[in-house]
Amino acid sequence: MDLSVSIGPLRLKNPVVTASGTFGYGEEYSEFIDLSSLGGVVVKGLSLLPKEGNPPPRITETPAGMLNAVGLQNIGIERFLREKLPFLRQFDTSVIVNFFGDSMDEYSKAAESLSSADGIHALEMNISCPNKQAGWCIFGTDPKVTFEVVTAVRRSTHLPLIVKLSPNVTDIRVIARAAADAGADALSLINTITGMAIDIRTRRPVLANITGGLSGPAIKPVALRMVWETYNAVNLPLIGMGGIMNSDDAIEFMLAGASAVAVGTANFIRPTAPVDVLKGIEKYMAEHAIPGISAIRGGMITDRKP
Amino acid sequence: MNLIRYFKARISENRQLNGEHNLLTLVPLTGINEPEPGQFYMTGTGACNYDPLLKRPFSLFRRKNNSLQILYRIKGRGTSLISGLGEGAIVDMLGPLGNSYPMPAHNETPLIIAGGIGIAPLFSLAERLAGRAYIFYGARTRDELFFLAELKVFAKGLFISTDDGSYGEKGAIIAVLNDFLTRHSSPVTRHLIYACGPAPMFESLWNVVRGTGIKTYVTLEENMACGIGACLGCVVNTGDGHKSVCKEGPVFLINDILHITG
Repeated sequence: MDLSVSIGPLRLKNPVVTASGTFGYGEEYSEFIDLSSLGGVVVKGLSLLPKEGNPPPRITETPAGMLNAVGLQNIGIERFLREKLPFLRQFDTSVIVNFFGDSMDEYSKAAESLSSADGIHALEMNISCPNKQAGWCIFGTDPKVTFEVVTAVRRSTHLPLIVKLSPNVTDIRVIARAAADAGADALSLINTITGMAIDIRTRRPVLANITGGLSGPAIKPVALRMVWETYNAVNLPLIGMGGIMNSDDAIEFMLAGASAVAVGTANFIRPTAPVDVLKGIEKYMAEHAIPGISAIRGGMITDRKP
Repeated sequence: MNLIRYFKARISENRQLNGEHNLLTLVPLTGINEPEPGQFYMTGTGACNYDPLLKRPFSLFRRKNNSLQILYRIKGRGTSLISGLGEGAIVDMLGPLGNSYPMPAHNETPLIIAGGIGIAPLFSLAERLAGRAYIFYGARTRDELFFLAELKVFAKGLFISTDDGSYGEKGAIIAVLNDFLTRHSSPVTRHLIYACGPAPMFESLWNVVRGTGIKTYVTLEENMACGIGACLGCVVNTGDGHKSVCKEGPVFLINDILHITG
């Protein structure tokens, strides 16, 4: 059976990748999982300069989910290229580097410095972070800003460019179209949904940052709906994610329109989760006599038009 | 690739010690890496309704025969659900994780300071250092002091205090430690402290050891998701930036943790 999928110019050997921020720089999980068995490893989001992130506490569990406010802590692009990328190069998998900036200029520079490195197969651009220059509004919530920043990055890299969409918008299709018009090769969705939790005894927020990003099974129905909407709105390959715990979840995303899927929070619960998802997809294909995984993309049967 | 640190274990006992504390005895179903005192395990129930979703970190309390023991306080939803698991239930374990307690040199006198459930990571250290360590153990009340008979056997000297005076000295355990240090300090004695307890205990301990040159290790606790340094959810602010409690800890030098308030 053919498990390979095309994400624009990027060819993945199979449709299962890891979600940025849940898999470290890959080496943390290499004890538990053969990274070469994955379609791709998406590393923790990087910025030009290292970032300390938010103060603790940063995470808390909520019903069937978790909130995190890590605040994009990372070691910076330079250290990543020097200390982490050589390790990832040993594996037969696509290395996808997630990155962000806090200005248009930083986005471009980050994309540029990653593009000259050997062993990076694609870039995933996080647009769910605040724009320092424009009053901290989020790059991924205003289609004009999204278009501008993706255009700038598109000019700075020859690598396949995946834009990771924020779900914290009124209509994700509008942002998806802006990213597509600006030259994105693919879209990944969804990032976490902004939420919060309060300790009623102390009357204080549970997270030091007050708000955080919700992930895990709790967000899967929302993610699935947004993938389906985006699939019907733009003609780009999609990487679907949001609460995928097993292969059934992954196949749902593909039927809704995702070409590939990312396993995120599940890594924390079962470090072998991405491989388990892949095995389950293979089993599903065998049981349903599906020769190639790309055939099930968007295969949800419905009598209604979106 | 090697799955020795990701294993299933069978609960052989989930014994209630009092209304709030349980001793969980687990028998790993496969071979494991031997844990060092101070290390911990992420423990999950594998609940198919995702409640709890994440594993919970627990220090190794004791390695006994073929089992691992965890002493825990029922505090939130996760520990409450785990307390409901009975004999025969299978749990998902990741570990041993984190660093461990550096062992004392021959000329160092180890002092073990436990506040409440802080005894959990220190018990196996006390066992390892049997006959060498002075143990200081404080709790709110008599009912919250556990395994005193064993600790008495392990300790070179055992000092107990309770907030309500129901057992041992009345008052904070750090006051007892302070007395001890005043009486036992000499140019030839080199003390080494291992402590675990609530944040206010660490602060009083810092006031005692600060400037004395007594090397002091503390074990920290934080909400965790992955347990292996990937999610960066459990960091603590140190003099050298954010460090992951799960991977660079849970054992830290007190001066790295309390430098900000100090």
